[in-house]
Amino acid sequence: MKTERLPLPTNYAVAYAAKSCDVDVVAAYPITPQSDIVERIAQFIADGELNAEYIPVESEHSALSACIGASAAGARAFTATCSQGLALMHECLFIASGCRLPIVMCVSCRTLSTPINIHTDYQDSMSSRDCGWVQIYVSSAQEGYDSVIQGYKLAELDEILIPVMVCYDGYVLSHTYEPVIVHSDKDVLAFAPKNVKRVLNPDEPVTLGVFCLPNYEYEFKYQLIDALSKVPNALKIVDKEFGEYFGRSYGLYECYRMDDAEYVLATMGAVASTARVAIDELRQEGLKVGLFRPRLFRPCPSDEWRDILSKFELVTVIDRSISFGSVAGPLLFEILGVFMNERERPMFTNFIAGIGGRDVTVNDIKSMFRRSLEAYREKRSVRSCEYYGVRW
Amino acid sequence: MSGLKSWREIPIGCKTTSPGSTVRIKTGTWRDFRPVVNWEKCTKCMLCYIYCPDGTIFPESSYVDYDHCKGCGICAKECPVKVITMVEEVI
Ligand code: SF4
Ligand code: SF4
Repeated sequence: MKTERLPLPTNYAVAYAAKSCDVDVVAAYPITPQSDIVERIAQFIADGELNAEYIPVESEHSALSACIGASAAGARAFTATCSQGLALMHECLFIASGCRLPIVMCVSCRTLSTPINIHTDYQDSMSSRDCGWVQIYVSSAQEGYDSVIQGYKLAELDEILIPVMVCYDGYVLSHTYEPVIVHSDKDVLAFAPKNVKRVLNPDEPVTLGVFCLPNYEYEFKYQLIDALSKVPNALKIVDKEFGEYFGRSYGLYECYRMDDAEYVLATMGAVASTARVAIDELRQEGLKVGLFRPRLFRPCPSDEWRDILSKFELVTVIDRSISFGSVAGPLLFEILGVFMNERERPMFTNFIAGIGGRDVTVNDIKSMFRRSLEAYREKRSVRSCEYYGVRW
Repeated sequence: MSGLKSWREIPIGCKTTSPGSTVRIKTGTWRDFRPVVNWEKCTKCMLCYIYCPDGTIFPESSYVDYDHCKGCGICAKECPVKVITMVEEVI
């Protein structure tokens, strides 16, 4: 198997993955910090390394609409966006998942206006979490590359047919160079051969995204719910096959130093990478902390999460996005939800951090954990959610 | 809701294979106002026919398809001789 080890930021890594998946149609609109994904793909096409239709559309709404049409016509479609662009796509997100089209989209997560800010948090992708897409949050350029390839294989499975969003922290991951193992187009395609159904076919005419009344709407929605429920198992299999093929696999979540841990820190993406260092340092102080990093966020693999976390008494959840008006952040709520029917559950504390690109340092994570531990030891009830680091 | 298909029996991805099936879905009940035409005074200029977004008014046969007319009032607005009146629907 031919491999190369290249220095790539996550944005370029996912562009390489899309190229090797031999995408047929790419439609995108530039937005910072996403733009260089599709710039790189445009370069691949210009250099003759990728034979694809590149549609420079006038908005993100059109970008996803073009991908919806292309995917329905049997093309492997790719797009990328973030922030306001993802917000502008919002209605099309539901149409893509409702029409069950296996599109893959990368999101270099960036906060939402206003105020306008080009830096990262998950406000954009978290605001899209109820749109019926699969959401995978990655924590390295290599995982981004691998997840796009896994994403196509998963999305195009006959029993799945759901679009996939690969999300990662803008700039922190999107623009940071890391060594990435890149495989040959031939090997990638052999692992993820194209399996896009041609829904729109002049020989067998259909109307897609039909008009529907109350007597059928719910049934169509339930089809998507049912298909989503099959995703955790399907991704587990795809990821295992990927591991056998390419030598790397991730599972549905990452557990770091969880085997002998007493306490858990739960967070995603780039913050999880910093948390690994914080955990190593906390352990030197004798605090047995482990990391739980969800990778598949939607659909929530609830049984797995519950099995892992139910063994612990204290789970500290760091959310990189705000759920305005809610009592806590989105990750906390997703985790809390899996304990809905449990009498016994861990104590949860929730910190909102890293908003609008603010750094979350090793010391920040250690301090959040210490505050959480203090509350636990004093058996004190804590505020449902702490807006960590905001100036008073 | 007896006689209707279950979620397992309907096509994946909200598609239909029968062309023209919208004819069977009577959307006229969404209407608040109904266009009532004084056909005696109609000059058959066909402007209402051209402007109607739903294709539901037919001056040649002096006919309005009330099963599908959504009562937008465009025909009444455009009729040059003002023979169309929008009358409130009362249940
Ligand atoms: S009210 Fe509107 S929909 Fe109805 S016939 Fe007139 S133009 Fe057509
Ligand atoms: S616009 Fe008025 S006059 Fe012209 S065809 Fe329609 S109803 Fe008759």
